[in-house]
Amino acid sequence: MPDQESHAGPAWHEIVCATLKANDVRLVTYVPDNVLKPLINAVHADSYFTAFVTTREEEAVGIVAGAWMAGLRGIVLMQTSGFATLANVLASLPVAFQIPVLLMVSERGVLGEFNLGQAMVARTMRPVLDSLAMVNHTITRFDELEFILDRSIKQAAATRAPACFILSPMLTGGKVFKA
Amino acid sequence: MNMMEAPPIGPGNAQVMNRFALTKRLVAKLKDEAVIGGIGNSNFDLWAAGHRPENFYMLGSMGLACPIALGVALAQPKRRVIALEGDGSLLMQVGSLATIAMLKPKNLVIVVLDNRSYQITGGQPTATAAGADLVTMARGAGIAQSAWAADEEMFDEMMARALTQDGPWLIAVRIDDKPGDGATERDPPIITARFMTGIGIKR
Repeated sequence: MPDQESHAGPAWHEIVCATLKANDVRLVTYVPDNVLKPLINAVHADSYFTAFVTTREEEAVGIVAGAWMAGLRGIVLMQTSGFATLANVLASLPVAFQIPVLLMVSERGVLGEFNLGQAMVARTMRPVLDSLAMVNHTITRFDELEFILDRSIKQAAATRAPACFILSPMLTGGKVFKA
Repeated sequence: MNMMEAPPIGPGNAQVMNRFALTKRLVAKLKDEAVIGGIGNSNFDLWAAGHRPENFYMLGSMGLACPIALGVALAQPKRRVIALEGDGSLLMQVGSLATIAMLKPKNLVIVVLDNRSYQITGGQPTATAAGADLVTMARGAGIAQSAWAADEEMFDEMMARALTQDGPWLIAVRIDDKPGDGATERDPPIITARFMTGIGIKR
């Protein structure tokens, strides 16, 4: 059973919001995703955050990179297929310029995927992250979510390196095919 | 506007200027403004015009000068931020104009340097050579204060306004096909550190 259903405490998106706040991450840019909807709604509803949609994930990375350099910490939200558009931009902006852009990816393509295109493109995500030597964590459990996020955001800022958080359907429930 | 007046300035009747000459004119007016130089010639001429600590020079990530500038503008609303971007680069990330129009950052100025070509890869024509008008596209996206500069004098006037009055602004210039005047020192971590120091974030 996914962690989401058996969990009695705060929802995953509430933990994410609290951990972003605890680390002064105020800017949230995103290309929408159904699984991320509660998090997107939460950051829009909370005046602590500056949250807005962008037309492409590349653009969102550029905005967060500029903001980080200018003293405003930010994170980019997207789904797996959006991450697949980013290899060049990640390599040549946050990685090359040592800017700690944070990425949060709702994982599609696994654990009951119904769209072949999503299942195929998902295969490219971890090889791209690993070949760029980008810090990345796949989060499957509520009891690990805050620790992984909090420590990794601190590490990203301290080491001036981007980081990517992959939210597994084990955590979020994912998107399921309704026949 | 009276229909009997001279036709508005567009890409067809704007004077063809030179990127390095214009960049020097621009830099001469600046104080503490941040400038994001798009890839290739746009930032080569920014570098050649005389390095300033408030300059950021892109390497790769084609099309992201406007998004990076938007991020800086959101983080530092009291500082003017200028994106210098080429026609090919802007066409690649043209959706960013709609995002900028949506957020309406008062302190953001986009300068589009249109030579109608991918000069650095051999001069292949861009879509602006076939008539795509980046000012019309920007207005369509919702950046109402978008216009072509007819000549250097008008460019100076438009910049003076964009540096003092509420934006966002988009100023487009037609430029010739000359390459950049030299090349930026390609050292990304140093570029980041100097820029962050220049805009007061890092000691």
